[in-house]
Order: sequence, then C-alpha cells, then structure tokens
Amino acid sequence: MARTLLRVPGTAQRGEVVEIRTLIQHPMETGFRPGADGTVQPRDIIRRFTCLYNNRPVFEADLHPAIAANPYLTFTFVARESGVLAFIWEGDNGFSQTETRALTVA
Amino acid sequence: MNHPWTGPRLARVALLLAVAVFGPAAGPRSGFETMSPELRAMQQDDLANPGMLHVAEGEAQFQQQGCTACHSAEAMQGVAARYPAFDAARDGPIDLAGRIAQCREERQGRAPLPREGKEMLALSVFVAHQSRGLPLTPNPDPRMEFVRRQGEALFRERRGQLNLSCGQCHDDNAGRRLAGSLIPEGHANGYPLYRLEWQGLGSLQRRLRNCMVGVRSEPFAPGAAEYIALEAFLAERARGLVVETPAVRP
Repeated sequence: MARTLLRVPGTAQRGEVVEIRTLIQHPMETGFRPGADGTVQPRDIIRRFTCLYNNRPVFEADLHPAIAANPYLTFTFVARESGVLAFIWEGDNGFSQTETRALTVA
Repeated sequence: MNHPWTGPRLARVALLLAVAVFGPAAGPRSGFETMSPELRAMQQDDLANPGMLHVAEGEAQFQQQGCTACHSAEAMQGVAARYPAFDAARDGPIDLAGRIAQCREERQGRAPLPREGKEMLALSVFVAHQSRGLPLTPNPDPRMEFVRRQGEALFRERRGQLNLSCGQCHDDNAGRRLAGSLIPEGHANGYPLYRLEWQGLGSLQRRLRNCMVGVRSEPFAPGAAEYIALEAFLAERARGLVVETPAVRP
C-alpha cells in the first residue's frame, strides 16, 4: 500500500466549492532512464486518477511519463449532497489503490 | 500544529531586516529563505510536502521495529537538534542514523539496516521531525570540539579535480549563481530532506557525496568518520537555525 496524504474538508455548505488535495507516494519511473547497470528501467507510473462522489466521477486525470514522483493533484467540485468520496489511483504493474472519505453537506 | 515558520515570524522579520542592514554576515540563513515562494509553500504545507509521506512511514517503523519499547516519540523531541553527539562506548562521534543503527544492532541484537535504505531514512526523518521548529544547539560535550575542528578543516580543504573547498562556494560565493542555480549557504538544518532533483528523500551524507562528485573528488566511504566530523562542523556553523525536517529543496 502506498502512503497518501489527503486534504478533504469533513463538512461543507450546500453549493459550496470544495477543494480537495491529494498526494500519493509513487516513484513514477518514466521508462526512459537507465539504471546503475546501464539497462533501461521499466516504466512504472500511475496511469489514471479518478475521484468518485457517491459513485459518480467528479474528477479524472490521465497521468503520463515525466510527471514527477509522488504526484500531487488538487481539484474542486461543488458539494450538493452528503456522501462518500472515493479516490482511485491505477497504474502499471497492477497498481491500484482506493481511499475513501466522508463528506457531510449541511 | 508544530510549525517552524508561524511562531518565530517576528524573529524572522527581524533577521531579514538585519540581513538587509548589515549584509549576509548577520547570521546563518537557511536555504528556505532563498527558495521560490512555491517551494516554500510546498515545504510548509504538511499535506503537500512529500517528506511527510516518509515521516508517516517512519512513525509506523518506530512501532514495528520495537523502538517504542524504550522510547516515545515525545522523548525524541530536540534530539536531532543536538546531534552529532559523542558516544563514550565507541569513543568517537556518532550521528543520528548511526545512533539508530547502534540501538538496533547492539541493544536489539538485530541485523543492520542499509544506511540509506527506506527503513533507516524513514526512522531518521521521523526522529528528526520531532525537533522541527527547535533551534540547532550543537552538542556542548567538550570532546566534540576536536571533531568540529576536524570538520572545519575538511570544509576548508580543497578537493578533487576542480580543486574547490566547500567554503569556496558556500561561504565565499553564497547567494551568487552556479550556472542557473542559486548557491545556498549550505546549512544542514532540514535533513533528511526531500529534494526535487532526487525525486525522493535523502540523507545529509547523500548531499555531501553529491557535492564531492560535483567537484570531481572521491567521496568518503558510506558512514565514514569524515562525514560525521563535517556534520558536527555544519551544525555549529548553522547554530540557531531552526530544524525544518523534512525540508524541501530544489
């Protein structure tokens, strides 16, 4: 399991623009760099990030080589109802991680 | 939240004023001061600073490796600010990573961890993080004085094919540029730190090796006494700067 740092407000007003910040530990190996022995290190990156809000996508991103290690993504959406936010990172070598946070809308 | 830059803000403003009036000789200046605003924001925000991922890892290791049988995280507060220390048992100086290794090998009787492996870096950064915001107060043990002098000699010694000493860049030319990069004063007040160039967390010894390779000299062996002497001198040189671990640097 990769370590993550998530900033998610626990509560929000209805219609409020909520800012989410996510950081995940990942080497984001580009697939172009030679290692210490001179052979090219195989690519190992996160390919896709999805944020689901009550199972509906509110933010998605495709990631590519040359994105820095430990990708930091921040985005906003409008809070309309209480629910569960799911953050899903998927990548090479079967990498998959899901974190969930509750958001209460007053 | 224990934050290094909100509490002493007034002191920092005073320091900046002093620098403006008296020039850079007014006191040591952390590399933090000369970074871009974006990087400073990254370091200050615990949810954007990638070093905090390693601190979290270190906290888990601190439990898993059995450190909590003797130590608490609270008791680690201020430890990193006074290292390297003098170790009577080995009759020589010891740095923080060396102390953790000694604890593990001699007191726990377990196989050594690789010095710059993931676990050791995580443990070091977790312990050092407990001192964040505290000023560096080098070890007052009189036996460290000799070590610091050794370190200063190494700092002033010209090295490598480029025939440069540490001081020629970090004392004589600090604040100027080497190619596109700003030359910092070279204070070791945030290690282990997250360096963008490394795309990861690294130790002070890694940084020193980097510089030595840069002037085309042979780096010391990993864990060599010379590194600890240099670290002891650097701590004295940066006396009073607050610990920033985990710092972020370009």
